[in-house]
Amino acid sequence: MAASSDRNPPPFPAAEDPEPGLVDPADGDSDEGEDIFVSKTNPVSVSRGVSQPDRGAEDPPDLFSEEEEASSTTAKSNGVHSDDDSDLFAEAHMELNTDKPGSSAKKELSASSGPRSTSTSTQSPAAMQPTSLEQLEEEEAKDSFDVDVAITNPEKVGDGMNAYVAYKVSTRTSLTMFRSKTFSVRRRFSDFLGLYEKLSVKQSLHGCIIPLPPEKSVVGMTKVKVGMDDPSSVEFVERRRAALERYLQRVVCHPSLLQDADVREFLERDDLPRALNTQALSGAGFLKMINKASDAVNKMTIKMNESDTWFEDKFQEVEAEEQQLRKLHAVVDSLVNHRKDLCGNTAVFAKSMAMLGNSEDNTALSRALSQLAEVEDKMEQLHQEQAASDFFIFAELLSDYIRLLGAVRGCFDQRMRAWQRWQEAQSTLQKKREAEAKLLWANKPEKLQQAKEDITEWESRVTQYERDFDRIGMTVRKEVLRFEKEKAKDFKSQIMKYLEAMLQSQQRLIKFWEAFLPEAKAIA
Amino acid sequence: SDPRAVNVDLQTDATLQVDISDALSERDKVKFTVHTKSTLPNFKQNEFSVVRQHEEFIWLHDSFVENEEYAGYIIPPAPPRPDFDASREKLQKLGEGEGSMTKEEFTKMKQELEAEYLAIFKKTVAMHEVFLCRVAAHPVLRKDLNFHVFLEYNQDLSVRGKNKKEKLEDFFKNVVKSADGVLVAGVKDVDDFFEHEKTFLLEYHNRVKDASAKSDRMIRSHKNAADDINRIASSLYTLGTQDSTDLCKFFLKVSELFEKTRKIEARVAADEDLKLADLLKYYLRESQAAKDLLYRRSRALVDYENANKALDKARAKNRDVLQAETSQQLCCHKFEKISESAKQELIDFKTRRVAAFRKNLVELAELELKHAKGNLQLLQSCLGVLKGNT
Repeated sequence: MAASSDRNPPPFPAAEDPEPGLVDPADGDSDEGEDIFVSKTNPVSVSRGVSQPDRGAEDPPDLFSEEEEASSTTAKSNGVHSDDDSDLFAEAHMELNTDKPGSSAKKELSASSGPRSTSTSTQSPAAMQPTSLEQLEEEEAKDSFDVDVAITNPEKVGDGMNAYVAYKVSTRTSLTMFRSKTFSVRRRFSDFLGLYEKLSVKQSLHGCIIPLPPEKSVVGMTKVKVGMDDPSSVEFVERRRAALERYLQRVVCHPSLLQDADVREFLERDDLPRALNTQALSGAGFLKMINKASDAVNKMTIKMNESDTWFEDKFQEVEAEEQQLRKLHAVVDSLVNHRKDLCGNTAVFAKSMAMLGNSEDNTALSRALSQLAEVEDKMEQLHQEQAASDFFIFAELLSDYIRLLGAVRGCFDQRMRAWQRWQEAQSTLQKKREAEAKLLWANKPEKLQQAKEDITEWESRVTQYERDFDRIGMTVRKEVLRFEKEKAKDFKSQIMKYLEAMLQSQQRLIKFWEAFLPEAKAIA
Repeated sequence: SDPRAVNVDLQTDATLQVDISDALSERDKVKFTVHTKSTLPNFKQNEFSVVRQHEEFIWLHDSFVENEEYAGYIIPPAPPRPDFDASREKLQKLGEGEGSMTKEEFTKMKQELEAEYLAIFKKTVAMHEVFLCRVAAHPVLRKDLNFHVFLEYNQDLSVRGKNKKEKLEDFFKNVVKSADGVLVAGVKDVDDFFEHEKTFLLEYHNRVKDASAKSDRMIRSHKNAADDINRIASSLYTLGTQDSTDLCKFFLKVSELFEKTRKIEARVAADEDLKLADLLKYYLRESQAAKDLLYRRSRALVDYENANKALDKARAKNRDVLQAETSQQLCCHKFEKISESAKQELIDFKTRRVAAFRKNLVELAELELKHAKGNLQLLQSCLGVLKGNT
């Protein structure tokens, strides 16, 4: 039995063009799909987990029926009604326009912090049975995310050290699987952690990139328990609220996760049982789990012989990107801090200029200095908003994706472990066969029956594990593809929002100084 | 723009024009080439240059301060010592950290630090030049012999920096001065003008000091933020070169934008430094010089009053009356002489100050606008391109 696969699936067909019905404005991303697959038009052998309909006897029907079900239900549930699409769009546009300079930073940011997908599908592909990975890609491209979630109204419940913050989780949807079109529930932070835990242990979701909830923070929460009014508590709660919203939005945007009963329960059920054992869970905890798994994989003595370098290449890409994002995040963090310093120093400077203006005995100069003090006060406000923008739009985007890339690495590791399980089963089967041969030669018929039963059992296990491995491989590939699209969309939209904020900042700056200039010129 | 006129509004006078035409930075010192053009008969030539170091400027300044004849004038404040320590330290740290960054990052940072070094250098040249120009513009000080020697004598003036003993003497002198200052400040002046000036200058000086320190801190934060944007640009560039996907192209465009905006931000910080921080620093020193003048006048007043008392006593006892009379007349003369020139000096000071603030505030506002509009345009065009591509 070969330690690694020696099956040679037929070469990949060329990637098909995405359907003309696609209206996705961010559709430069569909290039990415083609990038991956077009280059593999004439491979000699392709990675495991890619199955073609016209393959040999072993297991295609099972794999495909699974996939078919998944995608057909996906297709069904994503049966889109065009009016809802236009609603989503209208909503998206409106949010952009209401980013007025005067509006509070909190409002601006909470209204548009989610990675809302604005892709639409004008035709339901429910009729099509996907028979190749490209068609699965098209499914991804056409998926419309017909569920919108918002997290608002953080409220402190209870007093003292047992107090917690409850958030209102509102869902808006046109999908029929939910009890109504709009509904809301109240959830607390540990509920979100509990949801993650439930999702991450599910066998059926292996290979899936499961979004990570935000970090626990003992310091932050203690401050909040004491009182929610001081600026650092307010910032902490807002940061958490925004992060939870992004987390949940990512969960419901994921076609497989949206189908999950636990997710539906989380969104709909009024009385959710308290999640226990979340004391142990934290953002750092999750990543530790993922890293431990990575270490286990690295210590594997049997190295997998990848017939297709896609997985290896992609994994290295992911690692490199994660590293680079960490570096970038550190710098953006530094910028946030320096901006906050600038804010404080500007305020202090403004006061000192006002004092100087007061003691200046030339009237016109005195007035000009007071005006300068006012300009600097306004600059402080600008710096404050810019720092918030630096943080909530840019820094949080980066930290989200650093963690998500960790999760991506995690699902690559799951695939490796599946492979390992399969290999181990094969070697056990081998041992059983050898044992049977020995018994035959030693002529011990009583034990022979048992040996034969063992062999049968392990044969079916080998088959099962191989199937699992293939399935996970496919899932991982699909997931990575979807993830990359989301990531590109997310980064583009968030960074553009960041730049828009910068632009508005400059416009206001110009107004301030234009108002001041005549005052300076009036000095005599 | 004319560095000479940065903080002072001086009439250019053809009879004596002084500038620093060149400067050289060596390990520990800066060598300034002082260039003079003059039609005055005192000088051997009409145009000549000498090389001077910072200590020689200080020597000249101190000689003015110690000269009783100049007690009634605001002595132009001495230029601060050239200080490249911070910059040098940064360059050294950069050298040490060379291994931990990419070649591009290193080159970029090195260029940044070199630009910073150059900026500090230009500033110190400007400050030394302003000092000389103030002296040259002053109707009395410009005739000073030491000044002419400073300008013309093309050998080293051999003025060593003060040794420890001398520095200690200076320190005590200042302590005594401030104690005196308290005493003298308590004496109410007969003259309303000087009374007002005293009150005004005491408060003004303190507030300028405060504003100067705070403007420095603010501008430093600004520079730090600009540096961060620089690093963000580099990091985005690295991300953008990993691959040729759409997202990577996007990163490259944004990196390019940040590279440009942070250059502008750095210029904003530099201009704020020049037009605001330097202005405040200069008037901190000038207001101190004005306070010193008031102090000297107060001392002269005290001496005069003491001489009056001594004369009364002498007359009462009818002993050493002539001596007391002479002494009293000298003090009176000295006090009146100082008062007269001080009044004019203080009026000129106000005029100069108002003009300098006007010039710098206008220029500050214009530069802020220029840079903000530059930034705005960059952002608009980049966003236009990015939106068009998606």
